[in-house]
Amino acid sequence: MNAPLAFDRPGRPSPEGAEHAPASGRHVGAPLPRPNAKRLLAGRGAYVSDLKLPRMLHAAFVRAPFAHARIVRIGLDAARAAPGVVLVATGEDLAKLCTPWVGTLDHFKGMKSAPQLPLPLERVTWSGQAVVAVVAESRAAAEDAAELVEVGYEELPVLADLDTALAPDAPRIAPGFADNICFRSVVETGEVDDAFAAAAHVVEADMAFGRHTGVTLEPRALIADFDASERRLTVHHATQTPFQFQDLYARHYGLPEARVRVVAPDVGGSFGIKLHVYHEDMAVIGLSMLAGRPVKYVADRLEAFVSDIHARDHRVRARAALDANGRLIAIAAEDETAIGPFSTYPRTSAVEGNQVIRLIGAPYRLDAYRGDLKVVFQNKTQTSQYRAVGHPIACAVTEHLMDRAAARLGLDPFDIRARNLIPDDAYPCASATGYRFEKLSHEACLARLKGLMDYDRLRAEQAELRARGVHRGIGIAAFVEITNPTPAFYGVGGARISAQDGAVIAITPSGEVRCTISVTEQGQGTEAIIGQIVADYLGVPQEVVRVITGDTETTPHGGATWACRGAGIGGETALQAAKKLKANVLKVAAAILQAQPGDLDLVDGQVVAASGGAARLSLAEVARIAFFRSDTLPPGTDAQLTVAHHFAPSGYPFAFTNGIHGCHVEVDAETGLVKILRHFVVEDCGRIINPLLVDEQVRGGVVQGLGAAFFEECRYDGNGQLLNGSLADYLVPMACEMPDIAIAHMETPTKDTELGAKGCGEAGTAAASAAALNAVNDALAPLGAVLTQIPMTPARILTALGAF
Amino acid sequence: MTVPAPGLVPLTLTVNGDEVARMVPPRTTLADFLRAELELTATHVGCEMGACGACLVLLDGVPVHACLVFAVQAEGQKVETVEGLVARGALARLQAAFHERNALQCGFCTPGMLVNAYALLERGDVPDREEIRDALSGNYCRCTGYEAIVDAIETAARAAQEESVG
Amino acid sequence: MKARAFAYVRPRTLEEAHAAFAAADGDASFISGGQSLVPALAMRLQAPQVLVDLAGVDALRGVHLDGDVLRIGALTRHADALTDPLIRRHAPLLAAAAPFVAHPAIRNRGTLGGSVALADPASEFPAMMLAMGAEMEISGDAGLRRVPADEYFLDLYQTAIEPGEILVALHVPAAGPHACCAFDEMARRRGDYAMVGGGLMAERDGDALRAVRIALFSVGPTPVRARGAEAALEGRAPDADTIAAAQRALDGDIDPMDDAEVPAAMRRHLARVLLGRLIRKLEADQ
Repeated sequence: MNAPLAFDRPGRPSPEGAEHAPASGRHVGAPLPRPNAKRLLAGRGAYVSDLKLPRMLHAAFVRAPFAHARIVRIGLDAARAAPGVVLVATGEDLAKLCTPWVGTLDHFKGMKSAPQLPLPLERVTWSGQAVVAVVAESRAAAEDAAELVEVGYEELPVLADLDTALAPDAPRIAPGFADNICFRSVVETGEVDDAFAAAAHVVEADMAFGRHTGVTLEPRALIADFDASERRLTVHHATQTPFQFQDLYARHYGLPEARVRVVAPDVGGSFGIKLHVYHEDMAVIGLSMLAGRPVKYVADRLEAFVSDIHARDHRVRARAALDANGRLIAIAAEDETAIGPFSTYPRTSAVEGNQVIRLIGAPYRLDAYRGDLKVVFQNKTQTSQYRAVGHPIACAVTEHLMDRAAARLGLDPFDIRARNLIPDDAYPCASATGYRFEKLSHEACLARLKGLMDYDRLRAEQAELRARGVHRGIGIAAFVEITNPTPAFYGVGGARISAQDGAVIAITPSGEVRCTISVTEQGQGTEAIIGQIVADYLGVPQEVVRVITGDTETTPHGGATWACRGAGIGGETALQAAKKLKANVLKVAAAILQAQPGDLDLVDGQVVAASGGAARLSLAEVARIAFFRSDTLPPGTDAQLTVAHHFAPSGYPFAFTNGIHGCHVEVDAETGLVKILRHFVVEDCGRIINPLLVDEQVRGGVVQGLGAAFFEECRYDGNGQLLNGSLADYLVPMACEMPDIAIAHMETPTKDTELGAKGCGEAGTAAASAAALNAVNDALAPLGAVLTQIPMTPARILTALGAF
Repeated sequence: MTVPAPGLVPLTLTVNGDEVARMVPPRTTLADFLRAELELTATHVGCEMGACGACLVLLDGVPVHACLVFAVQAEGQKVETVEGLVARGALARLQAAFHERNALQCGFCTPGMLVNAYALLERGDVPDREEIRDALSGNYCRCTGYEAIVDAIETAARAAQEESVG
Repeated sequence: MKARAFAYVRPRTLEEAHAAFAAADGDASFISGGQSLVPALAMRLQAPQVLVDLAGVDALRGVHLDGDVLRIGALTRHADALTDPLIRRHAPLLAAAAPFVAHPAIRNRGTLGGSVALADPASEFPAMMLAMGAEMEISGDAGLRRVPADEYFLDLYQTAIEPGEILVALHVPAAGPHACCAFDEMARRRGDYAMVGGGLMAERDGDALRAVRIALFSVGPTPVRARGAEAALEGRAPDADTIAAAQRALDGDIDPMDDAEVPAAMRRHLARVLLGRLIRKLEADQ
């Protein structure tokens, strides 16, 4: 692939399969395939679920059949006597080893949540909660014994919907709580009531969003290996955030941090699911301590549905006020979000709602805004951050209101947005909710999307097909995405979650490069882009750069991978480390060559003359001399061929990105089934390190958003029982239903870093469901139907149409 | 006939060209047998109910879910996993196309995708995009959004055809 | 999600298979393709003491034409319904339904007999037995017997097969020279269980349709013959009025279950839409 690429449909690779070999300094910005993908393609992936340790045992859990019940009796004798069983442990057993945790953050004022333990002592608070742990020689034997555990329950009243939980006389989720509200927050700017009173037009909507879950293809998996002789704990853990877990395991199990090692090898998908504390995972640490042997736990798919965090369970009542010219004046929104029986640890269950009320209206100029959030406890699986935290809800609310306003005013959806988007020349500025924007490119993205979609042609085609009874719809949705968070996100709230990252880069004796870095890889291409950055900023070919991630014992401490920070923060860390190392290399080379460092450069692994580029010395030769013949260096030469660098963003609290989606659908008005014809994205994540990887992040994100739009929903009955907790019943997006996705980019680098990169991992998910909702409503408009709920199931579409 | 005991039973089958003989519990699925007993961990387990496609292997030449077959049912049959297909070079074009197109992220679905793609390409023609999507209709991927996978399979099919023609 | 321990036997003959079942005192399950049974075992929804694998019983194999009846051995795979020339020619409705059944890898392993024996009310093949007027050949204590499809489906997952009996073959009347058929279903995703689906068989007599048989699935505890709709179509050319009459009649044919995802009234609506589409498909294929 040596021609400039159109990433809508990359060309086929050259027939001879030529390797990419761009010149040194040409890695960043090039669509290079991921070096580490070859291993996965050869069946050589090494996931935690694949790993076997000597004398390893397997855990299974007895789970609560009720959403809320008192535990009155636990009978373990039969299970303990079952073949292959090594250990059966209850909440009490583990509470002797593990201190409780509370999922609140200090900067969320007034937030409350009950303390949690690995396994409950007295009450179960959601159906599927682990109650008793069984450890045996095989998973099958552990499951056999788990069937023999007898637990007696006394059922308690269940909070299974928002209204029940919010009723004044509702049973409380935890003893002593005044109400069932975990967190309340109101954001208010300007004169909201006056704005609505004076508005020429007010549009409003009651919207509902289905609770969904991450469904990583590799379920949660870990092996805890406690060595009592040294009181040393090694955890092989399918996680995004090894350092966070090193800290948590050390603190809650009373171990010195340096004796806790968390290793995250290949991870089979994460998306925010694998950075929360799960009760089973915490229990497994204690089980290994009790058993004195490695204990493995891999959640099976049924367990994953009732124990992986859920997300996005919101209902929002929103209004927008506009003047007679279609200018947006004010938005008011009330968001009620249903979480679990407590707030998730350590990132809480409040961040999602908090971001919803702060992202509503974010792409637009607004005089006044009020967002009112209630985070409400439920006897359901815990909820927390999942890819594009809060964004899809905020975006759908905002963009649905914009389309309603356009319809009211008789404006085209592009037109009303053009009138209201924050102009590209207005930066820096702040949103009505207080987010500070360095520089965004909404207007440019809007214009680009119109061309990318061939919008006028689609409208003409739509009119023509409508005449023939074919209902196609076009929807667009603008978004703002939060990336590169500073300590303002978690650190200020007291959580030991790092906003900085660290890298150590070393020249090896052969003149190759080894980079260990705290950001982690779950397939998005972290290692690849770090390799590209190091190659360019050090001056070597990428092939000689080995990037190592995912091990607290071998990589420097850092925040790792979440909230779209890998490229922006991890990338800048690597860049600065590479520059430091380059300066050191050139100092040594200058000493060898009796030249001035400033007259030299490192290009493609060769020390060259800075002017003219004549080759002077290979990096391998510099390394050979430094490592093996330091006696030949001039006295006092400081040959530091390993450097460490830590970086935390310190300018804007977040590097916001922006973009806009378009969705083209055809609705079968007789069946309520929707064919997604095509999806379009224009996004601006700042400097693009690798367009191939950025585009595939966006595509994957879009499909997660389309899954939310049409398929995904955790459905509960009134007793708090999950009705569709299997992969046959919880519908994930599959190949036949998903469209091809066209992508274009704007590039507005952040000036807060030298690299200029922002995040892109959530851009796809943030607006896809909003664009789809608008597209379906556009298709249904002539039929007089409006949907305000996702997923847009056939039943909901046919109901809106009054078809039955 | 008397009731047989639920203990171990003998199993002989061919895996990746080698004859394998083991004593196995009848309840062990082919997926668990391959992964735990033979350490062929390219075959992944994602749902244990045939809904995700991560565990596809070739059983007597056709893709089946290794989680929906007990190992004992494969007595006397030929099993081929991604490890075996890779070793005999049968996936080379697909591997190259997937790599070039970044048609994988976390890689957990990839072996199942490769097994299905291999079977599709064995037909010898170039399937259209709808046919490729249909062939993958039971393969769940949470990372890519599928388009890159469809592209890569299309590319590999074209490459195979060009090679056979040219 | 690991199955409870069980013993495994692999008989070579029907006699051995029956003996194995009897020896387990009835606490046994027959397995053929296992595509529905294995997940049920893995989730411990079923836990037989003995699993009797029918894969080695040759009497259950093969597809051949016997006069004007196509005998389809119970072990015939779903995928064969797409590719077997005899099935494609003489049981075209099966071939038409096959692409809608689950996913390719499931079809490679699942058997027609297994599907019809399980009689999932949301499955395609059992309903097609009804539409085609097939007979199920069942082996039991009294040897072999045949049960017409109209008498075979009794209730949810209950068929004329008694515990310990084995479905041996499906006998399908071979489609004649004037036969026509159509299949369709409405599913949320490719390969999902349908919200509503159905098949239609008929003979063309000029413009008119005769010997109309319609079977729907996912509309009740068993696959259902749409006898009212059949009568409305019988002997008539399927013009708009006739189709509308058949759609009206369909309401009396089905008594669909109610659930949050697909309420009963919606199933009725979808069944009417489906019927219209089946007839239009038939006409389009003419």
